[in-house]
Order: sequence, then C-alpha cells, then structure tokens
Amino acid sequence: MSASETTLLEARNLTRRFGGYAAVSDMNLTVRRGTIHALIGPNGAGKTTMFNLITGVLPPTEGQILIDGADITGSRPDRIARLGVVRTFQGVRLFPTMTALENVEVGRFCRTRGGFLAALARIPGRATGTEAATRRRAKELLERVGLKDRGQMLASELALADQRRLEIARALAADPKLLLLDEPVAGMNPVEVHEAGELFGSLCREGTTILITEHHMSLVMAISDLITVMNYGRKIAEGTPDQVRRDPEVLTAYLGAEAAA
Amino acid sequence: MFDPYTESVLIFTGINIVLALGLYLPVSAGLLSLGQGGFMAIGAYTAAYLTTEMQWPFIVALLCGGAMAGLVGFVVGLPSLRIKGVYLVIMTMGFGEIVRVFFLNFEPTGAASGLGGIATHTTLPVVAMAVALTLLLCFQIRGSRIGRAIEAVREDELAAEVIGINLTYVKVAVFGLGAAIAGIGGGLYAHYATFIDPAQFGFQRSAEIFIMVVLGGMGNFVGAAIGAVVVTVLPELLRLGHAQEWRMTVFGALLVAIMIVRPWGLLGVRR
Repeated sequence: MSASETTLLEARNLTRRFGGYAAVSDMNLTVRRGTIHALIGPNGAGKTTMFNLITGVLPPTEGQILIDGADITGSRPDRIARLGVVRTFQGVRLFPTMTALENVEVGRFCRTRGGFLAALARIPGRATGTEAATRRRAKELLERVGLKDRGQMLASELALADQRRLEIARALAADPKLLLLDEPVAGMNPVEVHEAGELFGSLCREGTTILITEHHMSLVMAISDLITVMNYGRKIAEGTPDQVRRDPEVLTAYLGAEAAA
Repeated sequence: MFDPYTESVLIFTGINIVLALGLYLPVSAGLLSLGQGGFMAIGAYTAAYLTTEMQWPFIVALLCGGAMAGLVGFVVGLPSLRIKGVYLVIMTMGFGEIVRVFFLNFEPTGAASGLGGIATHTTLPVVAMAVALTLLLCFQIRGSRIGRAIEAVREDELAAEVIGINLTYVKVAVFGLGAAIAGIGGGLYAHYATFIDPAQFGFQRSAEIFIMVVLGGMGNFVGAAIGAVVVTVLPELLRLGHAQEWRMTVFGALLVAIMIVRPWGLLGVRR
C-alpha cells in the first residue's frame, strides 16, 4: 500500500445527540492521507457538528474517532491539535486585538517548548532562539497565504477574506497532518475563491491532508479527491466528484424530489 | 531621605503596585478575581508567623508566604476552567471571605485579636526591589511563547484550545502565579504595618486591588501599575485641600470621571 492510500482519520459509527435530536447519526468517515476530502450537504446536515466531534470540541454520544489508528474519542481539543488535527471556524475566530503575525505565532504554540521559566530566563527585550524561529516561520506562513504586507495589522482590521486566510495560516503554524476547513471561502469573491482553491491544492501536494466543508460547489468539484454527502446527520452518498454529481439522492437533497426526477 | 509621611506613601504605593500586578496576571488571561485580599492574607499571615514565632529570616518567610498563597491559588484556580466571567468573580469573592473568616477563628495567628509585634522589615529599598522584580516578571512574560498563549486564551478560549493550547495549564498557572504575587504583597504589608488582623484583608481590600487594575487598563501591566499609583497617591493629594472630610467622596467622583472619559483604562488599548 502506498503512503497516499493509508487512512489518516477514521470515524466509526459516530453519533451526536442534542436531547432527542441527532445532529449526527451513525456516521462513518474515512479520510485518506494526502487527499482533499469534501464533506458537503444542505444547511443543518451535520457538517459542522462532525468537525466539532473530530476536533474534540464536542464529545460524541456514540462511536469512535481514530487518528493514525490511535483512538482519540473524548480527548481534549488541545491534545487532538498536538496529534496534528487542526481546524478553522465557519465564523472566523481570530484573536482580534493581536496582530496578524502574532496570531500565527500563537499557532506555533503546540510545536514549541518553553513555559514561565523560559520566559523569565530570556534576556529582557530580546527574543529567544525559539521565539525568533517562531517569528520566521510565522512570516513564511503569512507570505504563503498572501498576507505578507499585513503582518503588523490587527486581526480585527483585516477584510473578511484576509481574516479567513489568516486563520488558515494560524492553523498551518501548528504543522497539521489533517487540516479541517469549515466553509473557508464563504464571503469571498470569485478571484479570492480561485486563489484559495490553488492554495488548498498546493498544501495538499506538500503533504497536508484536507477535510473541507463548503457550499461553493464549483470549488468543491474542482479540488476534491473524494466527496462525502450528508443530509439529516447521515451519510447519503460518497464518491468522486463525478459520481456524486450524478447521484439521484444527492440531487434530491439539494434540489428537491421533483427537480431530480 | 524622605520624611516619614512621604516614605509611608511611597511604601504603600509600592506594595499596591505588587498587588495590582498580582491581579493583572489572571486578568490578562481573562480571569477576573475579587478575592486577591484572601491571597494577600495568606501571604501576610504566613510570613508574619514565620518571622515572629519561628524567627525565620524575613526574605525566606516572605517567599514562603508567596509560595503558600500560590499553592492555594492553584487549587482555587481549578474551578476557573468551568466557571466564567461574573460567576468566577463571585466565586473568588466567596473565597476571600472564607480566608478572612478562617483567620478570624485561627488561634495560632491570634484569631480576631490579630497578630502583632511584627518587625519592620519592609523598607523602601525592599519595596523598590519587589516592584522592580514583579515588573520584570510581567515584562518577561509578555511577548514570550507563554505570554502569547495567555493573551490568546483571553481573546478566544475555543480558538486557543483547538490550536493546541492547554487551557488548564494556562489558567491554573496564571491564577497561581497571581496569587503568589498577592501573597508576597501581603508579606510586605505585614512587615510594614507590624500588626495585622483579618479585617485588613476583607472584601474592601480585594475591591481596591480590582479598581487599580480596571482603572489602569486591563490589557497592560504598566497600566495596572499606574492604576495602583493613582489609587494610592490620589487620596493623599486630596488631603492638601481644605475639604479633608470630603476627600474620599472627591476620590470616588474622580474614579467615576476617569471611567467615563477612559472606559478602557488610563493606559489600556481602545477597542
């Protein structure tokens, strides 16, 4: 089996109930290493809940989640991040009063060392070796997402598209094996969507596996290796973009029964 | 060098700067505490007991007082993982009261009649050194790896957690460290006042420390220090006028005025 064929993330029989309502029920999802995997479905289908379950923000009611074969069900979000699963949020969640560069530097936290003692031991006013390395890496990542000139701006001052890029840079700073993008191009114009698509493609080629939810269908169809379609918390279809496009159940979910017929 | 009055104002200013910075640390991670008086009491009583009853050297006793308060701070900090905002404020208020009542009934340290006969070890140079070290501590933390993480936790806990920041570690650590600094402030206070009783560390004291930080600006340690200076020196300056008996009223009115004009604090960042 080649490296690209191995399983990175596996969700088994995942269920999450809120009271009597099952936001996700009995979902199985396998994300292979080195692919861009899309999770699509109408609003309320359970995509964001899936993200919350995978990243440990919510514990599942039932089922198991494995990363590289290791069971992480019920682990805290910060441990899951250290294992290499990092996400962005549908409504961007940056650190608004920090600069763009500082936001990315925080993202390096789980890949660097040094607590209070290290902070006290440094020469006042000078960055330690680790801090200087963190800054260099953060600058590289800002350049990578096209925010090279905006490092000193406050995150809250950036335009929405730039905020989404910054959030991706911050996630990349944690060296993710699996990057979860929750509607990363919502609110972007066609040019920005195109650029984002190129970025996702090149990240994937460099070895970051991506799980993405998105309503922008032409982007999803263009970049995805595999698409899983959800509706009412369940998986209703899975396959390549071409297979999914022709699936009658998918058409029904998106357009209604009459249009599909 | 100074007349006794000026010296006492300077010493209290210094002690208050230490106390304000002790609250600034948890506040910088978004944890508000109205129980700093409690940590101060633990440090004051521990240090004073060690110097008077055990004849320990002052510096060792002072550090032990800080360590004891820090230890209690770690334990009190644990619920802060689940309790947020105004509920945490109420919890810390309750904690402060528990400490006060504890010392009110604790015989070895004099209970309600207080602990007296404490030697005057807190001189101006000692206070200046304590202020310098505490400022240096805050300066070193700010902008360091851990300092960024603290800031991130304040700005957005969930976002911080999903990029790999251990909330438990950050919150408990800053709460404990802040408590330890408050304890050292308490030890300094005890060895200047020479007599301590539980009433000196009640809610009033916690509120005073809280005011210093809010007044100075919550996002900046220099602001907290300036807040401490204002809260200590302003009431003294108001003695100079004729309306002696009105000075605390005027002081209160000035605080209100400052918060109307600069709600983000004297040195805070406008958001």
